[in-house]
Amino acid sequence: MNRSYYESSARARIAGLLDAGSFDEWLPAAERLTSPHLATLEQPAAFDDGVIIGRGSIAGKPVFIAAQEGGFMGGAVGEVHGAKIVGVLERAVRDRPAAVLMLVESGGVRLQEANAGLIAVSEVMRAILAARAAGVPVIVAIGGQYGCFGGMGIASRCATTIIISEEGRLGLSGPEVIETVRGVEEYDSRDRALVWRTVGGKHRNLLGECDTIVADSMEAFRDAIIASMENGDDWSLAALEREHRLLADRVQRFGACRDGRDIWLKLGWPDPDAIAMMDNDEFMAAAQGHRAK
Amino acid sequence: MEWNKVVDQLFPAGHEVRQQGDLLSGEGRCDKQTVAVIGTTNHTEVGVELALAMAAAVLEVIRNHPARPIVFLVDTSGQRLRHRDEMLGLNGYMAHLAKCVEMARRGGHKIVSLVYEQALSGGFLANGMMADVCAALPEAEIRVMGLPAMARVTRISEERLTELSKTSPVFAPGANNYLKMGGLAGLWEGDLSARLADALEHADATDQRRVRGLERGGRLFADVVVKRVLASA
Repeated sequence: MNRSYYESSARARIAGLLDAGSFDEWLPAAERLTSPHLATLEQPAAFDDGVIIGRGSIAGKPVFIAAQEGGFMGGAVGEVHGAKIVGVLERAVRDRPAAVLMLVESGGVRLQEANAGLIAVSEVMRAILAARAAGVPVIVAIGGQYGCFGGMGIASRCATTIIISEEGRLGLSGPEVIETVRGVEEYDSRDRALVWRTVGGKHRNLLGECDTIVADSMEAFRDAIIASMENGDDWSLAALEREHRLLADRVQRFGACRDGRDIWLKLGWPDPDAIAMMDNDEFMAAAQGHRAK
Repeated sequence: MEWNKVVDQLFPAGHEVRQQGDLLSGEGRCDKQTVAVIGTTNHTEVGVELALAMAAAVLEVIRNHPARPIVFLVDTSGQRLRHRDEMLGLNGYMAHLAKCVEMARRGGHKIVSLVYEQALSGGFLANGMMADVCAALPEAEIRVMGLPAMARVTRISEERLTELSKTSPVFAPGANNYLKMGGLAGLWEGDLSARLADALEHADATDQRRVRGLERGGRLFADVVVKRVLASA
């Protein structure tokens, strides 16, 4: 059974990734924990406020999990939503599971509760780093319809590792936001190929923004999570200094590029246009020696 | 307030803070100790170069000045909204800066930030909001989005948003709203150097914001929800 991660709900992703029957939800929908701020604005609410949290196991190892539901307000972070994720991470510092899995699908801060959402994203960032500093790896998976943007794009890069699919998108300001502010000449949000060359999974993998790229299936995400858990974490000054060199090199080498394609050419891809057509195995094989590092 | 007036008031005992482009860096003396100063000016948008330069400044302090406090001076109109910065992975640069700040904190550096002009969303997350103590001048502007734009995106009328913002700190721009919600430790008035000395003395490395938000009545749910997660079976 190779179900699409992209097309699954947050709940189906949890069921597809964790060991069968192992999931134990915290603050389930029966507790009707909705956003009070959406109620004030007479906006529809969800009984889980768009994020499902709890614990389970993966390959027999205990993990905590938080899964954002893109189907509810694009996975946007409000006060309750953010606090549920912070709770998972703080509990991880206390209980030391083998890892925290964050299935991120979010446009960032929920504008209806913008200030609470922004502070909540900041608290998530600090809680991710607190978990890592306590020795609990935080593994982010990105492969949903709404991608991973806004503050959650920053928070995700605070994690130990990111697993992304080709369909996954990772960035800060979404294409629509930039187009609205700067015009269609700056960034045409309806040009799907351009968006993909800018924030898509393969581009992010080639740049060194995410360690692992997988095919769009539950099985592939699960295998990659298991492999990541075996790699542990390296929260150290030396690792940060390595990252700093990578990011400095990137600006130096690619800062003048106008398009993802120009970057891939500089990385030595003989035919950058062929990248889009490759399946994940072909891409992984061809990308050897053609990634920024 | 202009940044050089801010540093004059923060460090009456002396400072060497330079401006290079929109980046501020240097050091000041506060209460007989030297503190590192890192910041931005001109309501700048934070793009990959600026995020990287701030991260480099933090790493330099960690390497060469163990335990030296770091003060961030915040003035940004947000993350740079450019295709090119997105293509290069601006979120990764912002996260890198945030991680450098966290590494400094865990290495014993106290971190204080002061929003002296503007702080907007993405440009604020990676430095100002990472501080142990995040403060603002009372006239500073802090927001995610102005009400007219918010009305367009949420399809709630601007009149309704304006009306609600009189009683709720949850979405409208304003330093006072961030204060009530616990996002700011305080609004600094009067003797800024005394405020800074006090902040450095009482800086707490644990995240106190949701507790403050609860105490101040501006954010009643975050702390309760976290506690419920911790208490779940």
